[in-house]
Amino acid sequence: MDGKLDWLAAGLPTEGTNAERPRAADVARADVPTCRLDEQVERVRERVRAAGWDACVVVNDERVVLGLLRQEELERPEGRIEQVMRPGPSTFRPHVAIQDLAHFMVAHDLPTSPITSSDGRLIGVLRREDAIHVAHQQHASEREREHDAARHDPRLGGGEQG
Amino acid sequence: MPHEIHDRRAVQALSDAGAQVVEVLPRDEFEEDHLPGAIHIPLSAIETEARRLLDPSRPVVVYCWDTA
Repeated sequence: MDGKLDWLAAGLPTEGTNAERPRAADVARADVPTCRLDEQVERVRERVRAAGWDACVVVNDERVVLGLLRQEELERPEGRIEQVMRPGPSTFRPHVAIQDLAHFMVAHDLPTSPITSSDGRLIGVLRREDAIHVAHQQHASEREREHDAARHDPRLGGGEQG
Repeated sequence: MPHEIHDRRAVQALSDAGAQVVEVLPRDEFEEDHLPGAIHIPLSAIETEARRLLDPSRPVVVYCWDTA
């Protein structure tokens, strides 16, 4: 094994304080539509919309990510996928903290990001609104825990009186 | 006899078969994330602590952050 980084990047289970924090693979949607290089965009567009999505990941037979179709590419009137896709999209590993990813996706205006294993295989797609929602929930939950801890800490004026 | 393992499935199989998995990174990194069931022995303490904490009759898998 090529170290802990390789283990984490493969999305394998871990123990420790970070294990309870949501990561990219926990929030990514595995039901994202996929297509092949040699398909026609018209057909793919129909399939993607019927599935209620506005993005599609281009993969090969081993589910290695080759490209991405977002709204803009899906609206092309015609063409083979390999001609219209966004090639080599930025992908993220499954262990990346969702709070970090939410910040990155907002800062770089990324509506969707593929999550891949260390060998480039598709795990799912993270949607920006999902990442922001979970990051906010996590932040609120951590604030609440800190608040509770302070209320019960006599050094901070909390704790049982009497 | 020590040898390198690059296949994480082999690590899982060894661990399932009773091998002791040891992380040698600093404590804060170990506390954040470690392999399931891993024992923490920081590299700086490996010579003094390994004999005390490890069972010499069972295989040992040692890992750090990456191969670099």
